[in-house]
Amino acid sequence: MIATIQAWFQQLYETTGFNFTIFYDPYDWDRYVAGLRMTLLLGISTILASLVIGAVGALLQSGPSRVLRGLVNGFVVVFRNTPPLVQIFFFYFGLGTLLPDIRSADGLRAPILTNVQWAIISLSLFAGAFNVEIFRSGIEAVPRTTIEAAEALGYTRFKAYRHVVLPLALRVCLPALNNNLINLLKTTTLAYAIAVPETLYAVKQIWSESQNVLEMMLVLLATYAVLVGVLVWIMHRWERALRIPGYGR
Amino acid sequence: MTRATLAATPPPSWTPDQPIVRLADVHKSFGSFEVLKGISFNVRKGEVVCIIGPSGSGKSTLIRCVNALVPVSAGSIQVEGIDVTDPRLDKLALRRKVGMVFQQYNLFPHKTALQNVMMAPIHVLGQDRREVEARARILLAKVRLAGKEDAYPGELSGGQQQRVAIARSLAMRPDVMLFDEVTAALDPETVKEVLVTIRELAEEGMTCMLVTHEMNFARDVADHIYFTDRGVIVEHGPPATFFASAQDERTRRFLSQVL
Repeated sequence: MIATIQAWFQQLYETTGFNFTIFYDPYDWDRYVAGLRMTLLLGISTILASLVIGAVGALLQSGPSRVLRGLVNGFVVVFRNTPPLVQIFFFYFGLGTLLPDIRSADGLRAPILTNVQWAIISLSLFAGAFNVEIFRSGIEAVPRTTIEAAEALGYTRFKAYRHVVLPLALRVCLPALNNNLINLLKTTTLAYAIAVPETLYAVKQIWSESQNVLEMMLVLLATYAVLVGVLVWIMHRWERALRIPGYGR
Repeated sequence: MTRATLAATPPPSWTPDQPIVRLADVHKSFGSFEVLKGISFNVRKGEVVCIIGPSGSGKSTLIRCVNALVPVSAGSIQVEGIDVTDPRLDKLALRRKVGMVFQQYNLFPHKTALQNVMMAPIHVLGQDRREVEARARILLAKVRLAGKEDAYPGELSGGQQQRVAIARSLAMRPDVMLFDEVTAALDPETVKEVLVTIRELAEEGMTCMLVTHEMNFARDVADHIYFTDRGVIVEHGPPATFFASAQDERTRRFLSQVL
């Protein structure tokens, strides 16, 4: 089966000149798959971390502490008003060099955080800032009277938030959240700039060596189209699963 | 910490033969507008008290003060000896004793009727889920909603939602129930089913404070009626004397409009 596919792409190259090396050259294929894996790692970890940042930020933002509210607002302004690529550079080249080095197993000096970790931190904060605002819009849509009912039943502010406010807010803000998470998944390509070997980085290496820019570009576009398609599908299933019978009519 | 407070029996200063709710010279201002201008009365255990009066007379604010949803500006409120106006008030201990039902039902729309009733005992009191579920089913049957356990609030009529809200409050086993114009948002046909439920509660000996516009219901079910206007109690008494021989001009004018 695999041999047939490889033979077909080899044939395609020889007859038409379209050179999809990854489909017949195992070395290129492995590089592509490694890139894809890295993109999935970046995508999944930053989506989860940004959701946590968004939920915690929104909780603090609607909380009683003025200091914490101010800090969250400052965080949102900084990360929403600056370009994500600049943020990645700031973290990796700016903050990264300030942190102490550690000795790796072979005795070499190694940074305490790798470029992959910096990319995850930086992208999570970037998307998290948007998620704070998205969750806030959802929280503000939850009627004050519903929260009052929870309070009257003895719920503390935190418990009411967890069991009543957040589940309702989530349903309101899910469409906006979808958009932000889709953007985040695509923005993981910026990690390329600090040499994180994700899909764009891997594909770029392949086309520089095999001189097949157009073909690899097509592969790259198709890859992201499929990845985002899967994310959209998951989010829509989630939206459907959360739909409340008879609500919002 | 909260668990310990819950287990505690009522403070020694209170015994069941004393008034369960005491209001003493309660004042409440929103900004410069004084809504309550010194309200005092007591509610005994098992008593049903109706608070009536024109819109904007502070009735709702008054009963919202009783479970500390609204902080009072001056005066004192005690529920089973708990000082509601104490800044270090343990709100959970208070709200465990005081159930509240609202005009707009305020059910949790993302949970079924059964889950709505089960949530607080599980989340707030940490009670065993299976025990709570059994009790919740009994409560829903009691408010005549057997068969509607799995319906979401959006699939229920106003009257049905309000009865779920009553069951939800009762699941916390309160000693006092507050009803804040609970039939005001309902269709005339469904008002009756909610009132029947409240009447049954009253007959079982539940202490109830109701803000209501249902004069006939108040006459039927109340032990004592308080008429408030512009933040003060104008007149009060048992329904028989209150409705038959209101003394104050304002009371008479109000009654002639609503009866």
